[in-house]
Amino acid sequence: MSTCDLVILGADYDGQLVDLFVGDGEIIELVPAGKNTPPQGAETLDAKGHLLLPSLTDVHTHLREPGFEYKEDIESGLAAAAKGGFGNIMCMANTTPVNDNATVTELMLEKAHMAHPFGPRLFPVGALTKGLKAEELAPMAELSRTGCVAVSNDGLPVLSTELFRRAMEYASDWGLTVIDHCEDPFMGAAAGMNEGRTSSLLGIPAQPDVAEAIQVARDILLAEYLDLPIHLAHISCKKSVDVIRFAKERGVKVTAETCPHYLTLTEKAVVGYDTNAKVNPPLRTEEDVTAMLEALDTGVIDMLATDHAPHAAHEKEVEFDLAPCGISGLDTALSVTWELVTAGKMSRATFLRAWTVAPCTTFDLPLNTFAKGDPADFFLFDPEEAWVVGPDTMQSRGKNTPLTGRTLSGRVTAHFLAGEKIV
Amino acid sequence: MQWRHKDLLDVSQLSREEVDFLFETANYFQEINSRPVKKVPTLKGRSVVLFFAEPSTRTKTSFDVAGKRLSADTFSLSKSGSSLTKGETLKDTALTLQAMAPDAIVIRHCYSGSAQFLAERLNCSVINAGDGRHAHPTQALLDGFTLWQEWGEFSGKTLLILGDISHSRVARSNVILLNMLGVKVRLCGPRTLLPPSLAGWPVEVYSELREAVRGVDAVMCLRLQLERQQAGLLPDLREYAATYCLSEKHMTLAAEGAKVLHPGPMNRGVEIASSLADTNESLVLDQVASGVAMRMALLFLYMTRKEGK
Repeated sequence: MSTCDLVILGADYDGQLVDLFVGDGEIIELVPAGKNTPPQGAETLDAKGHLLLPSLTDVHTHLREPGFEYKEDIESGLAAAAKGGFGNIMCMANTTPVNDNATVTELMLEKAHMAHPFGPRLFPVGALTKGLKAEELAPMAELSRTGCVAVSNDGLPVLSTELFRRAMEYASDWGLTVIDHCEDPFMGAAAGMNEGRTSSLLGIPAQPDVAEAIQVARDILLAEYLDLPIHLAHISCKKSVDVIRFAKERGVKVTAETCPHYLTLTEKAVVGYDTNAKVNPPLRTEEDVTAMLEALDTGVIDMLATDHAPHAAHEKEVEFDLAPCGISGLDTALSVTWELVTAGKMSRATFLRAWTVAPCTTFDLPLNTFAKGDPADFFLFDPEEAWVVGPDTMQSRGKNTPLTGRTLSGRVTAHFLAGEKIV
Repeated sequence: MQWRHKDLLDVSQLSREEVDFLFETANYFQEINSRPVKKVPTLKGRSVVLFFAEPSTRTKTSFDVAGKRLSADTFSLSKSGSSLTKGETLKDTALTLQAMAPDAIVIRHCYSGSAQFLAERLNCSVINAGDGRHAHPTQALLDGFTLWQEWGEFSGKTLLILGDISHSRVARSNVILLNMLGVKVRLCGPRTLLPPSLAGWPVEVYSELREAVRGVDAVMCLRLQLERQQAGLLPDLREYAATYCLSEKHMTLAAEGAKVLHPGPMNRGVEIASSLADTNESLVLDQVASGVAMRMALLFLYMTRKEGK
């Protein structure tokens, strides 16, 4: 039996006032407010007016270290995660050098531990192929032993279906799920703009939604044939959702994520050539936004992820065609998605599944459901606190977001991981 | 009319009244171009930078002539002679130019949105002389002006834009302007050279040239860039010409006295039959002359503007 050393008093948990008892980094119990008296010596925290939520998990970020520390580093990225409500962070392998060997994975883990000893916890995603070059398999056994929890060629899709199939097979030997960035490399690749009405008016090269859905279909057929799991990254459009729904009905082991920006923004955000709205896959249409929200609600899309892609200001302050793709998302994701809950566009249950249960069970990460013995990973959230998105209010070094200047509501006021205060 | 716009990024910024006023102003300047001494002191002491980051002869010369006829000092900056080839960003080039305090910058650039990019960062007027595939407002205005002089009025007229619409800033700006003027616009070209979505475009689309040209009052041929073949959008020029090259034969299906326009430079025998280009139906050289007058009107109005609140 753990000894209670922390009590959160009077927090709002799904509309009920509760007290949370924590000991030795674990949940002891969550009870109606005032039911039990905090024991002598336990630290107490008055949480009146705050929501109590379990820490979120982000399965898709780019923390840029090693190699691109001017965009972001592990210290600043995890600081943004902590303030953004995230307790578990998975980071992609497209660093320099690429995370395709134990040395880079160890460096990432070491940097994270040095900068944030109590978390957020970092779970690197290893490269699927050496150097992300889509030529030879990465040493996945080594990556797995060092701490990588998945493998992916994120951002640089594997064109060869034969190589991709072998990668899925080999990854399965080491219990690693393959995460695929679905994009036909010949159809408007990395254009960062949806092909359609707006791109036709603006006259910029664009990527059609089928460029994503075609690769989704390939991956699903392979997963079914091999009877292996596949995780589909940042799904952005209705056509992909239709293919994934079909696969799930057939029992294919497919999981999928989408990002807050695909639930809230459309291709119109690019009008005026806003490079901060340039992201891969691109922002789609109103119809896609509706389909993504519905797919998340029904579970066709399992989880949310930020695809946090920080860039330096000068890299985005160029002609649209020359700007790199990506949106900095760790600072804003929680507020943006909680606003959807408040607006009735997403249920609280879906929010919790998409940000906690689904990602943690898919990638076997620490999960708090407030049951006895769960890791005491939670945060207090003031849903009313308004804040204006901008360089001064963001923790991430990457200030590149189309939400710049927008007032969002809701901020994390305290964040605990395994009972330790990280915010 | 008090001119209030700082920048000309596309024709969509202009009202019908402003376009009519531009035509009248250009008409006035056209007269100057027929004098023995083709120079007036209107913009004496003012300077215009011609910043052409993409090859251009006709548009650049046209602006240069227009500026000099109004006694403005014109300065040329081309990509090969600029720091852009040394890796300088457009932002830094813009700020450098700004520091030299010109009254206007005319920009031609290969990326869509680059004129707006400059306009957002500079205090002086920015005139878009073609940005990527996006817009070429001065070309559309000179085309409109040419037709205004030819037709007198626009209502009831139909014009066909023929060729590579997808990559054409000339087509985009002309669709907007001609629609504003009351001209019915048709588009014709292979599907591979049409924009992926024409939703919301006030146009009729034809794939068959003989159908498209029937009864029209004018045809605007677009230059076919030879690299479209390499990009897999066309089999070859021979097949393209056999299907979409406008000839006298097609013009017999058009309305009586129908005219032919081309923004230049022409590929004779590819998008326009060489013999047709040299007939009286061709307005190609009128377009060049109108271009100088229209650009004089634009430089005059933008450089002497009084910005509203």
